[in-house]
Amino acid sequence: MTIIRENWRRVLAAAAAAAGMLLTAATASAAGNDLVIVTSFAPDQTKVFKDAFQKEHPDVNLNIINKGTAEGVKYLQETASNNKTDLFWVSSPDAFEVLKDAKLLEKYKPAAMGDAKSISGFPIDDPDGYFHGFALSGYGFMWNTRYLDSYKLPVPQTWDDLTKPIYFKHLGISSPSRSGTTHLEVETILQGEGWNKGWATVKRMAGNAAQISSRSFGVPEGVDSGEFGIGIVIDYFGFTSKAAGFPVEFHYPPGTTLVPATIGVVANAPNPNAAHAFVDFVLSPAGQKLLFNPKVMRLPVNESVYKDAPAGIPNPFAGQIKASVHFNSDLSQGRYNVVNSLYDVMITYRFSELQAAVKAIDDAQAALDKKPNPEAAKLLDEARSLAFGVPISDHEAGDHAFNAIFTVKHKKATDKATGRQAEVEKDWDAKTVANYAKAVELAGKAKSMP
Amino acid sequence: MQRRRSLRPYAVYGVIALFLAIFLVVPVAEVILVAFQDAHTGAVTVVNFQDFFANGLFRESFFNSLYVACVSVVIASAFALPLAYFTSRFNFSGSVLIQTLSFIPLLMPPFIGAIAMQLLLGANGSVNLLLRQHFGFTIPFMEGLNGVILVDSIHYFPFILINLAASLANIDRSMEEAAQSLGSSGLRLFRRIVFPLSMPGFVAGASLVFVKVFDDLGTPLLLNVTKLLPVQAYLRVTSIGITDPMGYVISCILVAFSVFAMWVAFLGMRGKDYATVQRGGGGLAKRNLGPMESAACYAVVLLILVIVLAPHAWLLLLSFATVWSFSVLPSAYTFAHYHSAFTTAIGFILNTVLYAGLAALIDVLIGTAIAYLGQRTEIRFRKWLDHVASAALAIPGVVIGIGYLRAFNSVEMPFSDQSMATWWGVLVVALSVRRLPYALRSCVAGLQQIPVSLEEASQNLGATSFRTILRIVAPLMSGALAAAFVTSFATAAVELSATLMLVSRDADAPISYGIYLFMQTVSGRGSGAALGIIAVLIVGIATFVSHRLLAGARSRVA
Repeated sequence: MTIIRENWRRVLAAAAAAAGMLLTAATASAAGNDLVIVTSFAPDQTKVFKDAFQKEHPDVNLNIINKGTAEGVKYLQETASNNKTDLFWVSSPDAFEVLKDAKLLEKYKPAAMGDAKSISGFPIDDPDGYFHGFALSGYGFMWNTRYLDSYKLPVPQTWDDLTKPIYFKHLGISSPSRSGTTHLEVETILQGEGWNKGWATVKRMAGNAAQISSRSFGVPEGVDSGEFGIGIVIDYFGFTSKAAGFPVEFHYPPGTTLVPATIGVVANAPNPNAAHAFVDFVLSPAGQKLLFNPKVMRLPVNESVYKDAPAGIPNPFAGQIKASVHFNSDLSQGRYNVVNSLYDVMITYRFSELQAAVKAIDDAQAALDKKPNPEAAKLLDEARSLAFGVPISDHEAGDHAFNAIFTVKHKKATDKATGRQAEVEKDWDAKTVANYAKAVELAGKAKSMP
Repeated sequence: MQRRRSLRPYAVYGVIALFLAIFLVVPVAEVILVAFQDAHTGAVTVVNFQDFFANGLFRESFFNSLYVACVSVVIASAFALPLAYFTSRFNFSGSVLIQTLSFIPLLMPPFIGAIAMQLLLGANGSVNLLLRQHFGFTIPFMEGLNGVILVDSIHYFPFILINLAASLANIDRSMEEAAQSLGSSGLRLFRRIVFPLSMPGFVAGASLVFVKVFDDLGTPLLLNVTKLLPVQAYLRVTSIGITDPMGYVISCILVAFSVFAMWVAFLGMRGKDYATVQRGGGGLAKRNLGPMESAACYAVVLLILVIVLAPHAWLLLLSFATVWSFSVLPSAYTFAHYHSAFTTAIGFILNTVLYAGLAALIDVLIGTAIAYLGQRTEIRFRKWLDHVASAALAIPGVVIGIGYLRAFNSVEMPFSDQSMATWWGVLVVALSVRRLPYALRSCVAGLQQIPVSLEEASQNLGATSFRTILRIVAPLMSGALAAAFVTSFATAAVELSATLMLVSRDADAPISYGIYLFMQTVSGRGSGAALGIIAVLIVGIATFVSHRLLAGARSRVA
């Protein structure tokens, strides 16, 4: 038994040692000149800026907190009463609009700014000075060349190409509620093609997906590894993957848009001086050139630095990207949550049902192509309008009162919502499921017609 | 016999109750409260639950979750039973190695487990690429719910194995000898003696697997399977906002159902006395195998090991791969990922060992105390500690995370300018609360197998209850305690969901968070995989060492 007691002593000694480590660690973490940044950018990318910034400001201790865009917004809202964050730094300007609305941002006038004030109709900086564009993002698709070769698929050129039956189960796409960049992509299509036609394109395209990824990065990751062939992504995902040696290419389709990626100082920042220094650094010519690092590969907002751009980075100020859609951020913000919810109810959560409808319609069309039959074609059109329709009009989607159902916090006490989000979604869901089932049935009937 | 009345159990009860109240009940209660509130007016209502049950999507998710959990238990048992039985029943060279190896799947950090499986068995993974190339067809291993079931049964089957092996090792040889001398042998001996006596371990393990799969978030999320309850809860809470009531309603239902499942398991075990009085050397008599039997057993064991370790092999490949894209094997290999893992991620590794070690220590202490209070004292409501602590199993990590943010954010930590919610010590507490149920089940099962009469004898001879615990109970439970520590440590080391919510700066982050960060970048997959391999090695070594210590301790006790 003495040996056993010996063992227990050893355990106690270990516990004491652990407690000692705890104390030392606690004292070591006492803070000095800290700068805390919440960002959705990958550590690969933030490290480039962190290293360069700390060379200029060795006294500042830079802490990066990595969160998804929506998650980061939530984090700032939750911790607002005891804010520890100095800067918010993500791709999507919509997120900043939300924060600005909630009075969680602070005005700042950066020392250095580019000459351009707007890009394809979108102001680069917030007119009120609450957030500042530091890079531009374009949207398009990337593809795995080995994958397309192996499956003998042509390279898609337009958004419309992605709706073709040959790409069934070969696409990857995320969902707007999970990924700020996907939200911008979907809005781009909706604004470019109009509400009803836009949704039909989005649903038809999503019906070709192998999966609806719940993370932004799931899409380029799937293309890189060859899990699926084509991914709908923000430009720098394509550029960085290619720079890292993966057999992928990226393409801006006609009907794309350019939107600034932004940075903003958080209200009641614990260390505003360091925060301002960082914003100035990112917007300075030296900071802008860091965007050309092979691990970052983004489009600077300062036109003058493009003369140093590496091969493959287009200059949007010289018209090298055909951004035909003038992104309307007011329109986007006015129906932000409704679009998220519609997409999830109709696509993300009913993905297998959507796939079944798309498959049935494609099969029927293939049969009709061989043996035309006007009656069957009429049935098939009906199936299409059921499968690719949307339960509400754009007027309703943009309606202020209707949107109030989707936000719990109201600006004014008199704002009252009639209905609950879960209630609305339940009805949409029932309707969607019934429509998909009916579409499968009609398509089957059309196919079996002699 | 008449027990001496003492206040000490009440004091211990009070301390543990307070701990659970502050770090589990209050944060979760804040979250659950929202489920019963009208989102707009704040009035008490059940309308949110009506919305839940009226929604076809939620009902479907519920049945999918149930289906996935049940099938996973069956498949996990198929992996665990032969491994546990062969290694405890026969003279099998390499038993310790086999048990250690088969524990490794549990250490696969959630994100990369599924990534490795996609690379191996996905629609365009290595196996299907080969099949398509040579035979022109593919098998949808990873499609939809299949993928979740496959990844989860491989990931969680060690829960059954470790508990079952501990149970088997604790069966008294004399029981078996008695049966044999009465003429029982072979399958009948297994069915009538060995199997019933190992039931506590099996049920403990199987109920863990069920509940764990039932509320698993990481795997379905990575495989993009959304029609499951925990995923619905997570998506609601994180994308619509923590003000949306449905996420909380789903959390409530997850909690209720998991507690119900644990309760059913508990009912099944109640009224059965599994303690065997005499510890005659411990464990079943090991039998020698004939050459044919031996070959057959090795074949089965090897087959299982190949299946459950294949994801690790693919992870290892990924950690050495430069570019691995639409090909059976990587295009080229490099050591650079390990270099970057060691240079940039050494802090993650140290943090992990510190956090998981402390959390596991807390779990073993509290787990033993709760098990003892529950089985050996007459305190009223003594079972409640067990129930409350077990309920932590059913709380999704995200909910714990949000609850902590809500409850502790406005509390300032002394000596630093951090708030309590984002202080790393709270992360340790969160980990220990999340992993306490695992440790607790091992402790309860361990204590259940120790006859009360031994303690009564000790107390009759004048020992205090504290001394009895230290000198009689703890040594006899050493196997279960080590199992508790290792389970808790290993799973805490790879915990992600609560970590993701609570870590406020990368200097405080553990390894799973580091892997998550790396996996979000194009060139980071390799480094993330390297970090994953390092995590697996750390915990694997810890497991192996504890097995050796355990074997040593056992032989010394004997």
